[in-house]
Amino acid sequence: MNNTDSINEDKIVLKVYRENRGQKSGAHYDRFEVPYKKWTTVLDALLYVKSYNDPSIAIRYSCRMAMCGSCGMKINGIPRLACYTKISELETSTIECEPLSNFPIIRDLVTDFSLFFNHHKDIQPYIQSNEGVETDTEKKTFSFYQSPEDVDRYLQFSYCIKCGLCNSACPTAGTDLRFPGPQALAQLYRYYADTRDESKKRLDIVDDRHGIWRCHFAGSCSKVCPKGVDPALGIQLLRSYMLGISKDNKELAKKIEINTDKDNNSN
Amino acid sequence: MESHRILKESQIMKIHYVTGIAAIFVVAVHILMRLIVPFELSLEYDYIISNYKNIFYVLILESILVLVSVHGFNGIRIILLELRQSKAWENMITVVTISAMIALIAYGTRTIILANGL
Ligand code: HEM
Ligand code: SF4
Ligand code: FES
Repeated sequence: MNNTDSINEDKIVLKVYRENRGQKSGAHYDRFEVPYKKWTTVLDALLYVKSYNDPSIAIRYSCRMAMCGSCGMKINGIPRLACYTKISELETSTIECEPLSNFPIIRDLVTDFSLFFNHHKDIQPYIQSNEGVETDTEKKTFSFYQSPEDVDRYLQFSYCIKCGLCNSACPTAGTDLRFPGPQALAQLYRYYADTRDESKKRLDIVDDRHGIWRCHFAGSCSKVCPKGVDPALGIQLLRSYMLGISKDNKELAKKIEINTDKDNNSN
Repeated sequence: MESHRILKESQIMKIHYVTGIAAIFVVAVHILMRLIVPFELSLEYDYIISNYKNIFYVLILESILVLVSVHGFNGIRIILLELRQSKAWENMITVVTISAMIALIAYGTRTIILANGL
């Protein structure tokens, strides 16, 4: 008889935070015993519990591969992606899952990202060109030329999946609701550094009382970011431009007009 | 963002960093001046008054007063700003910290002038 499966079956206790919006008094932790293998992620464990123990646990997830940014939660006290955190690497016999700090709780492990996305929208996260952009069909359409060096200026910052882990780890985001937070500030740098972007007003968006200067360089955003974005670096780079230490010597990308009507009609 | 502001936040922070770094040097001189004599003597009335008569030392004292007041009260403004997000609170903090800054500089300068002119 082959018993290796049951012998190798290790178990952990999954401690899950439960709360319904507006009912703080009913907040509590539920504990579940979950079998796991070397490759089991915390998201797998939560889905196991939903399948076999308690289907009412609220979680948000989609891609299961650290791409969509939906499954952020505090795991053993640290903001992480549940789908990107293996139980075996945590090396604890109890694993605690809680909703992200600095976000309002909707239910259990699901938090409200409205304010977070608003901060992101406020920094105008899109290429602004005076004459039209690649996808601009109303105006002329252009092709932009960027060298690998031009791309390197912002590539790392463009890996952001908007998971909110950085904002959850940020002490200023915890006290100041109007502070844009590391995610939005790093994206501001991403567009500011892009040679296709011609906006002259980007830096002004965050140059106010609750803006970029309320970062006190705790650096925790960069520590928890699962995509290696290093938002703290983006913030410091932006500041060095705003203080005049770095000079804005960005050479705009060359634009070549694409005549889209050519093939269809001859005007 | 705020249309009524006199200085941009980046300009205020430039002042904050410059005063903070400059303060390190003048405060260092201030501490060293006390260490070059026995500690007890550095607290003697006559010794202190004689320091106030030394024009270079007076200039250092005045710059410590101005630099640390500007830096310190702006620092307190920064800390308090983050606590609440309302226009009324922000305006109150700005007025209180700037008034306190001016009052402290005025009172300290008066002390320096009086001690120097004794
Ligand atoms: C009087 C009380 C003081 C208060 C309330 C105060 C407050 C602050 C605050 C809030 C910051 C900004 C930190 C940040 O943005 O993360 C700061 C920065 C700084 N302070 Fe002060 N400070 C005081 C005294 C001093 C003194 C006496 C010195 C120098 C001898 C000094 C040197 C600096 C420097 C160099 C910085 C820039 C470094 C940084 O931003 O972290 N400060 N201070
Ligand atoms: S910067 Fe990193 S931690 Fe922050 S939202 Fe983007 S991917 Fe997530
Ligand atoms: S489920 Fe998409 S990032 Fe985890």
